[in-house]
Amino acid sequence: MTEGFTDEPLVVGGHKIGSRLIMGTGGANNLAVLERALLASGTALTTVAMRRVDAAAGTGVLDLLRRLGIETLPNTAGCRSAAEAVLTARMAREALETNLVKLEVVADERTLLPDPIELLDAAEQLVADGFTVLPYTNDDPVLARKLEQAGCAAVMPLGSPIGTGLGIRNPHNIEMIVEQAGVPVVLDAGIGTASEAAQAMELGCDAVLLATAVTRAGDPERMAHAMRLAVEAGRAARLAGRIPRRYWAQASSPTVD
Amino acid sequence: MRIWINGDSHELPEPVSVTDALSVLGAPSTGVAVAVDDELVPRADWGRYRLAADAKVEVLTAVQGG
Repeated sequence: MTEGFTDEPLVVGGHKIGSRLIMGTGGANNLAVLERALLASGTALTTVAMRRVDAAAGTGVLDLLRRLGIETLPNTAGCRSAAEAVLTARMAREALETNLVKLEVVADERTLLPDPIELLDAAEQLVADGFTVLPYTNDDPVLARKLEQAGCAAVMPLGSPIGTGLGIRNPHNIEMIVEQAGVPVVLDAGIGTASEAAQAMELGCDAVLLATAVTRAGDPERMAHAMRLAVEAGRAARLAGRIPRRYWAQASSPTVD
Repeated sequence: MRIWINGDSHELPEPVSVTDALSVLGAPSTGVAVAVDDELVPRADWGRYRLAADAKVEVLTAVQGG
């Protein structure tokens, strides 16, 4: 946020997060590119996935995040059932010593859309087990409300399916989710370019989570910078309060006598 | 005794602890978590947890993603 203007920090389940741009690490060609992009984004919280240990591959991404002072947000990507997601979250907590989890339970590989029934089941189990749960959810106001009622620390509706870069397909649903939410709303998935990240914030989202839009951009570092500016601009515009839309023109210069 | 570590079978002399399974894999001891037959085994129990024959051991760590 620009100097001179005040804003509340983003707080998720008691964790104060120093940036409203949450990054993912998927899709980057190598760790050097990822490091430059993460620095340019100004992010303070970044996702990682849990996979089988490959002794040859090492633990590069964790070392990188620790060196940059970025908090890790493990996800349950790849899980298709509540049982799988709960086990993966418990393993992430054990391995990374964090209660935070980005809960993903997708229905199929073609759409990667959340399975709402398994998602809500997993969220209830993980909340009961002491996790700070950030569920990746459909842009469904009813499901978002139920996830909040289940004790989730945030809700993270998609703008469009993961990796599509189709932007926010149903802005009205996102506005309804924001309007009723008592926890932070994070626009997660589907962002393709900076204007869409700004739009998410203008709609009232508290933060944006993106990965592919940066890591697979022509110049990831520069796109990360663009996203940082977009999130800040969209947030400032939301706080400033936009003018109402009008059907006909309204002169801003005095009328001619 | 045969056990499964991250999908590969291994013949190991009994008794086999989780710590023994990790050393077979050459996995680092930090930044990883272990499940046996779909149940998390906390780090504090790795040394004393005795694996049964045909146990399925999964060892996960953080990678780029999301």
